[in-house]
Amino acid sequence: MKAKVYVTLKPSVLDPQGKAIQHSVELLGFENVADIRQGKYFEIALDSNLSETEAQTTTEKIAREVLANPVIEDYRVEIVQ
Amino acid sequence: MKFGVIVFPGSNCDHDAYHVISKHVGQPVDFVWHKETDLSSYDAVIVPGGFSYGDYLRAGALAHFSPIMKAIKDFAAKGKFVFGVCNGFQILCESGLLPGALMRNRSLHFVCRHVNIKVENDKTPYTSELEKGEILSIPIAHAEGNYVCDNETLAELEKNNQIIFRYCDENGEISDEANPNGSRNSIAGISNKEGNILGMMPHPERACEELLGSNDGRDIFRSLTNAITDLAEK
Repeated sequence: MKAKVYVTLKPSVLDPQGKAIQHSVELLGFENVADIRQGKYFEIALDSNLSETEAQTTTEKIAREVLANPVIEDYRVEIVQ
Repeated sequence: MKFGVIVFPGSNCDHDAYHVISKHVGQPVDFVWHKETDLSSYDAVIVPGGFSYGDYLRAGALAHFSPIMKAIKDFAAKGKFVFGVCNGFQILCESGLLPGALMRNRSLHFVCRHVNIKVENDKTPYTSELEKGEILSIPIAHAEGNYVCDNETLAELEKNNQIIFRYCDENGEISDEANPNGSRNSIAGISNKEGNILGMMPHPERACEELLGSNDGRDIFRSLTNAITDLAEK
């Protein structure tokens, strides 16, 4: 079983790296790009004997306590069979 | 009186801190490896600058899970002194010992130069030898020093006088131009509500000798030494 975790900056937090990427994208001539924000993506392999609920709970805990800093970031967890 | 300098894999200002405590403060000091769990023989610990755990995940994030951090939390809860500089400040924020977080500099550049900081509160264990409004020249060297927190936290910090240092120009004016990293309200250093924990991005341990361009950092260590003596006499 695999868990996917997406960590993103809270909407209220400025993202200077995202802005720099957006600038480069615009320099390359891509139009209609309103905003780019950078985040982090994690793939976690979990023991196959876990139920989907257990997998969800464990991954949420890992995301909350380690992967994301709740002061500046939000996270989203997806469990994939 | 005894100081401890915490050493994580990737700390690189530990020797600077050790040098200042032993040579300029003139007090006993030990290096304390991050796997230690006992701080009972110390009066103050310095969480030094560097790149603990290579700044993996977020600066300071993985150091938070080292065994010594539980000991540091207990140590701080007893009113003992915990002083985090640069990466040490990031670690204290990640551990929840100080509010807020340190993000990528607004410019995206690693900034390494002397800056001016203004003493905003001289009634703390770290600033008693300084005057409110005094301007110190202290070097910074970081890519993630952009202090952020929510509005509620900022209001608390301002109300409780927990903002100890702010970036300023040579005349003490606080402005966007004099803010080297984009920190909210030009924050360079904050304390906890009780005042025994201080975190700051500038490096006072690199500013204790004229040869290095400034000795303005000495008064911070002198204040701390006095605070340790006062606490021991209580």
